[in-house]
Amino acid sequence: MIIGLGHYLSVGAILFTLGIFGIFLNRKNVIVILMSVELILLAVNINLVAFSAFLGDIVGQVYALIVLTVAAAEAAIGLAILVAYYRNRGSIAVEDVNLMKG
Amino acid sequence: MILQAIFFYLFACVCIASAFMVVAARNPVHSVLFLILAFVNAAGLFVLLGAEFLAMILIVVYVGAVAVLFLFVVMMLDVDFAELRHGVLNYLPVGAAVGIILLIELLFGVIGWVIAPGLTKTITAPIASDINNTQALGLVLYTRYVYFFEAAGVILLVAMIGAIVLTLQHKPDAKRQSIAQQLARRRSSAIEVVKVKSGQGLP
Repeated sequence: MIIGLGHYLSVGAILFTLGIFGIFLNRKNVIVILMSVELILLAVNINLVAFSAFLGDIVGQVYALIVLTVAAAEAAIGLAILVAYYRNRGSIAVEDVNLMKG
Repeated sequence: MILQAIFFYLFACVCIASAFMVVAARNPVHSVLFLILAFVNAAGLFVLLGAEFLAMILIVVYVGAVAVLFLFVVMMLDVDFAELRHGVLNYLPVGAAVGIILLIELLFGVIGWVIAPGLTKTITAPIASDINNTQALGLVLYTRYVYFFEAAGVILLVAMIGAIVLTLQHKPDAKRQSIAQQLARRRSSAIEVVKVKSGQGLP
């Protein structure tokens, strides 16, 4: 029973799908949407590292490191925007985000 | 080899199950905790793949920083999450349809791929077998990809400044240090020498 590249790619695909599914399922809750985006980026990382390991090329891991950095920055900025928005409006429901609609 | 397979299926199953619970849990605090579990198991998968440094970074950065940040924000905001949860069943069919279509497409890709024959010649930085993963990553990251590394640092700096600017609020009644006022203080304005006659006290 040899674990090949396809096994890891399947895990990545399922995680990616769950992330997309979470965005559709929790359309009102911004926090869970942000968590779903984190899941999607985790799936991307699993794909990059799996290809890096099975092709014997370390560059994939360098890219995974960059993706990790961007994911951390995105989470910090997203949550900061959320906190600032909650202070102003007292709500984080997605359908209330229409200040700039005109 | 059988041990590797057992651990792969353990990590993969727990990772996928907890990822499902992240999107399905009613309480966002539970979602964050399941997110931590998913990341820890993904770190286990990375260890199985031989990327030990990324596994440790995943635990340090995600479990140590990002997940705790999520936890703080979820607990700080006084939001009625049950109300936000309302109407999830309306979104379930379209979400499930999109998810299943996407999954089928991705699995077609997973089943049908072949590695191009000339690909092994185009490998940029082959993994050396005599040094460990952290060393190999550092040898590439600080030489060939040093600009990527610097860009990552700049991104983190911008994120840090942006988060501080967005969340810092100036309260007008907060007590603050005024350095100019402190430096402008003289001895004459600070103390007063009073001669007190013995037995009389101050009037």
